[in-house]
Amino acid sequence: MSTTGTNAYTPTSRTARLSAGAADYLDERIGAARLVKGFARKVFPDHWSFMLGEVALYSFIILLISGTFLTLFYVPSMTLVEYEGSYAPMYGVTMSEAYASSLNLSFDIRGGLLMRQVHHWSALIFVAAIVVHMLRVFFTGAFRKPREFNWVLGVVLAVLALAEGFTGYSLPDDLLSGNGLRIIEGVILAIPVVGTYIVFFLFGGEFPGESIIPRLYILHVFVLPGLILAVIALHLALVVAHKHTQYPGPGRTNDNVVGFPLLPVYAAKAGGFFFIVFGVIILISGLVSINAIWNYGPYDPSPISAGTQPDWYIGFVDGLLRLMPGQPEFTIAGFTLSLNVFLPSLVVPGLMVVALLAYPFLEQWVTGDKREHHLLDRPRNAPVRTGIGVMAIVSYCVMWAAAGNDLMAIAFGLSINDLTWLLRFAFFVLPPVAFVVTKRICLSLQRKDRELALHGHETGRVVRTADGEYFEVHEPLSETERWVLVQHEAYRPLAIPPKKHEDGRKVPAHERLRANLSNFFFEDRVEPVTPRELEAARHHGDHEAIEQPEGREAERRELGSSV
Amino acid sequence: MSDIQLPNSGKSPADEPDAGRTPVRFRNPGLPAHRHRQADVDPRAAKRAERQVLAMLGLSAVGSIFFIVAYFAFPLDGTFATLQVSNISLGLGLGAGIFFIGTAAVHLAKTLMPDTEMFDERHPQRGTEAERTDAAAIMVQGGQESGLGRRPFILGGLVGAAALAPLPAVVLLRDLGPAPGDALAHTLWDEGVRLALDPSAEPILASDVTIGSVFHVIPENLYESDHFLDEKAKAAVLLMRVDPDVVDVREDRAGWDVDGIYAYSKICTHVGCPVALYEQQTHHLLCPCHQSTFDLTQHCKVIFGPAKRALPQLPISVDDEGYLVAQSDFLEPPGPSYWERG
Repeated sequence: MSTTGTNAYTPTSRTARLSAGAADYLDERIGAARLVKGFARKVFPDHWSFMLGEVALYSFIILLISGTFLTLFYVPSMTLVEYEGSYAPMYGVTMSEAYASSLNLSFDIRGGLLMRQVHHWSALIFVAAIVVHMLRVFFTGAFRKPREFNWVLGVVLAVLALAEGFTGYSLPDDLLSGNGLRIIEGVILAIPVVGTYIVFFLFGGEFPGESIIPRLYILHVFVLPGLILAVIALHLALVVAHKHTQYPGPGRTNDNVVGFPLLPVYAAKAGGFFFIVFGVIILISGLVSINAIWNYGPYDPSPISAGTQPDWYIGFVDGLLRLMPGQPEFTIAGFTLSLNVFLPSLVVPGLMVVALLAYPFLEQWVTGDKREHHLLDRPRNAPVRTGIGVMAIVSYCVMWAAAGNDLMAIAFGLSINDLTWLLRFAFFVLPPVAFVVTKRICLSLQRKDRELALHGHETGRVVRTADGEYFEVHEPLSETERWVLVQHEAYRPLAIPPKKHEDGRKVPAHERLRANLSNFFFEDRVEPVTPRELEAARHHGDHEAIEQPEGREAERRELGSSV
Repeated sequence: MSDIQLPNSGKSPADEPDAGRTPVRFRNPGLPAHRHRQADVDPRAAKRAERQVLAMLGLSAVGSIFFIVAYFAFPLDGTFATLQVSNISLGLGLGAGIFFIGTAAVHLAKTLMPDTEMFDERHPQRGTEAERTDAAAIMVQGGQESGLGRRPFILGGLVGAAALAPLPAVVLLRDLGPAPGDALAHTLWDEGVRLALDPSAEPILASDVTIGSVFHVIPENLYESDHFLDEKAKAAVLLMRVDPDVVDVREDRAGWDVDGIYAYSKICTHVGCPVALYEQQTHHLLCPCHQSTFDLTQHCKVIFGPAKRALPQLPISVDDEGYLVAQSDFLEPPGPSYWERG
């Protein structure tokens, strides 16, 4: 097969002959021609928000590169040594080899501090990029069929990234990382029945022991990155299999993908973008100091500094721990159930992960939509989903803010007790408010889209007719401009069935639940403009108010007052 | 996509019989006409873009060379001054060396590579009916050829053996650590163990503890222990002296303090951070991690925050030489709660 190809193409220059020879060699051994033909001109749609996942992928590669350098010098051992490196204030201090080697990496290895900072910064950016990428996927409905599994893999990646971040944070064995481990010990101890055993198995005895650093090390440099790599491979394989989603627009349909070919444009852009991300992270690491491990000394269970903070992505758990009141700790039949720790640190984050995993399947059950979706939703066109997303962001932010309650109290001169109470209320009050406000904004934006599609742009030209009537001239939209505003579909809610069928059989509870959820999602909705409505609008003249199709105006009034 | 029936069809204007020739939904107008970039139509613009790409590659090379020079030119001597110079110049050099390769590639792609959008067809994930029928047939045939359906004992045996096989791996992990026993309930404190300064381990004279003062305390014998960090993680104590009149009377703890000198566990009963902040005026102890607040005047009962239990008190007295000593170990386990704590 491939030989026909090479025969048909006669290379002229010396370089061309050489590359033709190499191509022939590869093709006859690994079927390169079929690979090139299948993949090299694959089309990728272009949009800035599609780069968020790329940032996550690239920061992971940067983590592998910088981390490998760090392993050449870091010693994962808790054996106590006397520090003899060149950092004078620590000279002669007893510390673990892990901490001593981290100090050496900073003070005695040229470029070592830079690589440490590259590693830490890219870890922060890795998790941040994952989170923002997930938000993009959520708000545009990119998790819909056929991509539900890829969403699940993404959630798994996010959890693995948190675990990878935490294990890494503990390795320098300085005061802050040791305190982080102490908190983890307290959290695991709070697990009913088995907590104490898990702590003793994990730490090889009592906290801190001498085993935890080497154990976290092998998790951090081998087990977790291996798992992350494997899941990334699956994640990307599914992206290739599904082809990338695209935003709606003229020429973009559910059956095509419009964009630039992998070779050369996408390869140059994406490859170049890797270097940009890498370069920016190095520049940040050169200029902005992070995790100055020499400040507080080696880990010691007794001292601590005020204002301690975990890395940002663990902040929400820390904040929940701070918000939770201490009352729900009980002693039952001689055993201690410490819900004041177990609930906020393990149960709530666990439920958050379950909610993330379940959402695509829940939404699909409610809509009953089993079609493949390759065109993304504009967030405003899915008001309830967008509301749920913003609600989640707001509750996350309240938890996250709570992790800084001490710093905020100092900065704003507030009582930390008042501030904590305020955040406790905010945890319950703000998310529903955010939901309602977001949903209303989405509906309003949809109505604005309708007005625009029907009337066109305002021109600012006010005209007086011969009858003395004034109106503003509107400029109709072009076909391509209008398409974005009218292309979507609006789901309709299911009718809520009665409790019993007419023949007396009971309607199953799950059917009623589904209908109720469907109403929750789609009761308030704004339908896209139809050609007939536009025609009617034109017929009445551009300046006149457009009459809704029969019944719609009443419905809109009703909607307007329903929330 | 205009023919697709809405999944939850209620009554919709789109479903009503068409009044005239007007389509029910708008038609996708197709891709707008391609607009040429300057570099496509103006050779000078193309040349300019080429020069810009080259300039970026040049900056990258400068950055890389600067990195190598800086690596050798700026040695480290353990001071922040040299560390800062080295870190900033290495970061700038390496950062520029890598960053500008990226911008060059992207600029090249955006200005000089074709920007005409291309189409790919999508195909449903679902196989064709023929493929699905064939696949089902293959699976059924595979199942039959394996013979497991006809030989249920083999299938049962296989499931049983496979379920048992991972158990040795679980057992193998047993020696990760010892069983907890009651290790968490005991500390180095015992009758006669002197209270000593953290970290020097010098014993504390009761007469040195003035009203209003606070000491970070460890058992004097801490460093004799093989695992002194493990012991310190349980035994760390905070010692404060207050006017005895401000403290509520608790008959069961009479004689646990020495004339207003109180010793309490420093390990938070929430998740184990050191409760290291003492407010002299209010006699409150604050844990800086999660802000559990303990009131010394109420025997370190929790008055705010996520901890439930009071800090355990260490009963102390004075030995013959005037040094503070423990009367016994803590009477309850110090530190975070755990299941077997009771």
